[in-house]
Amino acid sequence: MSNEAARSSRTLPLLPALKDATLSALVACGLFFFMIGLRTEQGSTGALEITTRFETFAMLVALVFAGSFLRTLVFGRGPIPLGRAIPPSLARQVASASRFAAPALLIFALLVPVLFYQNRYLLDLGILVLTYVMLGWGLNIVVGLAGLLDLGYVAFYAVGAYSYALLATHFHLSFWICLPLAGILAAFWGVLLGFPVLRLRGDYLAIVTLAFGEIIRLVLLNWQSFTGGPNGISSIPRPSFFGLPFADAEGSFSWTFGLEYSPTHRVVFLFYLILALALLTNWVTIRLRRLPIGRAWEAMREDEIACRSLGINTTTTKLTAFAIGAMFGGFAGSFFATRQGFISPESFTFGESALVLAIVVLGGMGSQLGVAVAALVMLGGFELFREFQLYRMLVFGFAMVLIMIWRPRGLVSTREPSLYLGERKT
Amino acid sequence: MTEPLLSIRGVETFYGNIMALKGIDLNVNEGEIVTLIGANGSGKSTLMMTIFGNPRASKGAITFDGRDITQMPSHEIARLHIAQSPEGRRIFPHMTVLENLQMGATVADPTHFDEDVKRVCTLFPLLEQRMRQRGGTLSGGEQQMLAIARALMSRPRLLLLDEPSLGLAPMLAQQIFRTIRELNVRDRLTVFLVEQNAFHALKLAHRGYVIVNGEITLSGTGHELLARPEVRAAYLDGGRREAHGA
Repeated sequence: MSNEAARSSRTLPLLPALKDATLSALVACGLFFFMIGLRTEQGSTGALEITTRFETFAMLVALVFAGSFLRTLVFGRGPIPLGRAIPPSLARQVASASRFAAPALLIFALLVPVLFYQNRYLLDLGILVLTYVMLGWGLNIVVGLAGLLDLGYVAFYAVGAYSYALLATHFHLSFWICLPLAGILAAFWGVLLGFPVLRLRGDYLAIVTLAFGEIIRLVLLNWQSFTGGPNGISSIPRPSFFGLPFADAEGSFSWTFGLEYSPTHRVVFLFYLILALALLTNWVTIRLRRLPIGRAWEAMREDEIACRSLGINTTTTKLTAFAIGAMFGGFAGSFFATRQGFISPESFTFGESALVLAIVVLGGMGSQLGVAVAALVMLGGFELFREFQLYRMLVFGFAMVLIMIWRPRGLVSTREPSLYLGERKT
Repeated sequence: MTEPLLSIRGVETFYGNIMALKGIDLNVNEGEIVTLIGANGSGKSTLMMTIFGNPRASKGAITFDGRDITQMPSHEIARLHIAQSPEGRRIFPHMTVLENLQMGATVADPTHFDEDVKRVCTLFPLLEQRMRQRGGTLSGGEQQMLAIARALMSRPRLLLLDEPSLGLAPMLAQQIFRTIRELNVRDRLTVFLVEQNAFHALKLAHRGYVIVNGEITLSGTGHELLARPEVRAAYLDGGRREAHGA
């Protein structure tokens, strides 16, 4: 209460607000001048001509100025105290309800194919979201638990996908044999990346991992004889139900179970397959957090030197984090390949790494539930705004800025301790 | 005479081109409290870190319990049951107090984990109430206690303490020194203590060394050193009589 009184008695921070707004407007000027202010159009002769759009440019800069001015004027310079705006009773209710969020989400995920059996589009979207949930959980091991900023995670996704595609098309191995092989291969590449970056941290690590992701993509693109180059690999075997193919023929899944053939069977199977794979990732992560290796990851994220002097081998700790994170990336890649039936280097650009990392950061580093929610929100959001093609990325960027202002540590920022005295769990 | 538990012979350490330790000779016998005092930048903490192989000594030998540990990786040195409460405490800020203690027990036998938690809680009762709190939310003094408690969780044979009284209220600092003595007397824990608080450290220690610019200039029993005029001038009265000591 006294806080409130103090704030109203204080004069409005006009000057700082003006200063912030001017700064933001200047940044906007620099950004928008070339992107909005100038435009190239094909002239009558076919040559490019530069046209100017200074009105739009001025409007946008003014908008940024006003927005920044109001933000500082109303909320001050610090973080926006959204927590205080919500009454404590409501906050408590939300907190107690959020305890059921994880089971509720899980039950919903299990029921999706039942509820939306007729809606092929939603099922496909569900599969996509779950793929990213799995990738997010995999990367969460490296970034969230071990604290190693990895900008090249898509490389392991690619290794997994190509492993499955090549093994399946050349040696006709089944999905269930290829899956562990792809995981092992991806883990191997994870260790390979891990070795040169053992001494690096933070920004430097990020640069090297970024480069690693690009190297893998470029090799896939240029090694024509092995990977098919930009043409990719097509007619990758589709998954079968433990040996029973999904087809309208004798010996197929529907024929064996006496069902009428429907292409949805395969989609539902894929949905449960990726759900199972994602849950496996989650289960393994939760288990590992309670084991010495998982605790060592978290301690290493906090202080590497202290770790070493407590008897933790940080070399193996880092390498296992890279390897296990990569392994799950590889599993997800195999799944991607079998679902698509076609892969090419185009699917494994830096954009994918950035998206997965955004999911992890937005969800709250280290939080399993947060990552799942963030994947749902991000990909669901992408689909929701599909109709506004033009403004989709704009809305999306805006939403991310808002979330980072309100919850700078991610959607779920509380860390669950992995150890309690006398197994008391409250 | 029995072999010292920790022996440092002619150790030289460099930071790039700068020679931080210029041939240190130092012994710590089993059951002793040995203190190393010196001014800022004299190489105290460097020596502490060199024992743990980070940075590594470029010359000389460090032996623990008869084993040469000069070239051993840090984590293997820790497995010999040398524990350290490092400079700047270095606790894990996002992990709870209990988890911090658990990390300290990395090299210890997990069967006596609960017993050891109880033991450090009796030494530092304040920590018991903070068990489920995140390390970073503790006050400076509590963090210092946690750093020492974490080091004790491994049941060390040798405890290295780097300025445990740094930034603490005199009362708290005295309490920490009392605890160190208690551990030494009751459990016969060997302690190597690096301190700037020369008066308390020398009173507590059996023996002491004075380090100036990377060289040991004086050594003797705690009481002997306390009585030495050079020590008094540089570390005890120095602050009052002269503008700068050493």
